[in-house]
Amino acid sequence: MSGMEGVPRRSVARRKLGDGLVRIIAWVSASIGIFAMGWILYTCIRRGAASWNLDFFTKMPTPTGVAGGGILNAIVGTLIITAIAAAIGLPLGFFAGIYLAEFGRTGRVASVIRLICNVMVGIPSILTGVFAYGLIVIAMGHFSALAGSVALAVIMLPVVARTTEDILNLVPNELRESALAVGAPRWKAILGVICRAARAGLITGGILAVVRVSGETAPLLLTVLNNQFWSVDPTQPMANLTVTIYQYANTPYPDLQLKAWGASLLIIVGVLGANLLVRLIAQRGRQW
Amino acid sequence: MAAIGWVLARDAWPSISKFGISFLWRSVWDTNKGSFGGLTPIYGTICTTLIAIVIAVPLALAIALLLVEMVHPLVRKIVGTAIELLAAIPSIVYGMWGLFVLVPLIQKYVDPAIQRTPLRGLPLFSGAPLGYGILTAGLILALMILPFIAAVSRDVLSMVPQVIKEAGYGMGSTTWEVTRSISLRYGLSGIVGAFFLGVGRAVGETMAVTYVIGGASNLSTSWLQPGQTIASKIALGFPETGPGLERGALVELGLILFAMTIIFQLIAQTWLRRVRKRVGGRA
Repeated sequence: MSGMEGVPRRSVARRKLGDGLVRIIAWVSASIGIFAMGWILYTCIRRGAASWNLDFFTKMPTPTGVAGGGILNAIVGTLIITAIAAAIGLPLGFFAGIYLAEFGRTGRVASVIRLICNVMVGIPSILTGVFAYGLIVIAMGHFSALAGSVALAVIMLPVVARTTEDILNLVPNELRESALAVGAPRWKAILGVICRAARAGLITGGILAVVRVSGETAPLLLTVLNNQFWSVDPTQPMANLTVTIYQYANTPYPDLQLKAWGASLLIIVGVLGANLLVRLIAQRGRQW
Repeated sequence: MAAIGWVLARDAWPSISKFGISFLWRSVWDTNKGSFGGLTPIYGTICTTLIAIVIAVPLALAIALLLVEMVHPLVRKIVGTAIELLAAIPSIVYGMWGLFVLVPLIQKYVDPAIQRTPLRGLPLFSGAPLGYGILTAGLILALMILPFIAAVSRDVLSMVPQVIKEAGYGMGSTTWEVTRSISLRYGLSGIVGAFFLGVGRAVGETMAVTYVIGGASNLSTSWLQPGQTIASKIALGFPETGPGLERGALVELGLILFAMTIIFQLIAQTWLRRVRKRVGGRA
């Protein structure tokens, strides 16, 4: 015991007691957290499932106070808005990511861009809404689906850029060198060889980014607003799921509130489904 | 990003030039008189974030600890995946749950319970039990950032090299002793980084808060009374105001939020980068 003289002596019983206490605290607080999260899911599933039927997915909303009807216009609207956002945000983010990973690995400009991307990932989504409002809605003179898509694309851009960079960095350098060594020009080496090798990861990252913005509400509230009627014209206000949830939940009508739960469940199922799918693909890829 | 800052500054200019720096501590929001100040939402933002962090961080650490040190690997995998999935659920869903489940609960049980204790003498806990308010918003925020912080701190804790932990156990340490003096110390900087990212989320969260905070435009110090955060003020006010001074004031609030998040993010990023450098140097 000569080496232990400087160490204060604590009785084994007390140390075990302390350990047990911390274990109990950890278990209790973890249960509280997991219980609360399970509660949220349970509520959404129970109330949401009650509103799901064929009409819910295939019919237009009825006038307020009239029972029945569905939210077909909102479902289609969300798909359109998200698709336009993806068409703007994915390519831009993708090429920004290529620049960061392939051309500007160590440069000063690249590290500044990288920092800006990281900061932008954390910018509250409502601010991109204010931005798109100032940029597009004021210029056009009215709310429009296009402005909402731009707001969502702004959210997407840094996310896609960062994931693209991370994934391309995983591609082994030998692959890069061999492509260049057989005389391929740089752009061909990048697009034809490196991106092809990283294909699965790039697709996964893209899907996750699109799914993430599909559940956004705040930017749409400021740019697209909502539309009670059928509209597929992106220069006009368009119905969409999230703002519909927001508005229906704030009405005093139980019928509309139930529809809001249904729409929430739809979004949850979509988001979780896509996430699980991506996970499965990723696991499969690892086995190959 | 520069474009965002520029557009915000441009649209906020009427308000900035009229009220100057005093916008930060004036609490009036009077559309008729055209007089606006940002204190109420700023106070609400700070309080809700504070409540959320105080509740979520210890819970998240407990969950992370449990997952890394105390349970079967299978449980760890299932619960871990569940937490990651929860972090992906859109905030409006949390908001709806708060509106329909949490608000009635708070109104019926929590508010009266707080007001039976001597705490009611404090200005923080005065007023009628409404259910809506800063406290409720803080609780919802805590639930929202909980899975996020838990997932990140779990990653941090599981990065602690097994060898170091085994050395601790080999000396006869209990789980808690290993956690406190080895894992937490090793992962401290990563956890601080997760903490800052969580703060950044809570500060800017809009929909979950808008539902439950009540949307008052007068300053009330009480946590049980309706309040306002910057994000909820923008979401509620923006669709209803035409161009002009009030819109400028709303955008100026957005500008303040923008500055707040950028500062938080820069701190978090530089901190994380320093950590990564240090860990990388060690390996």
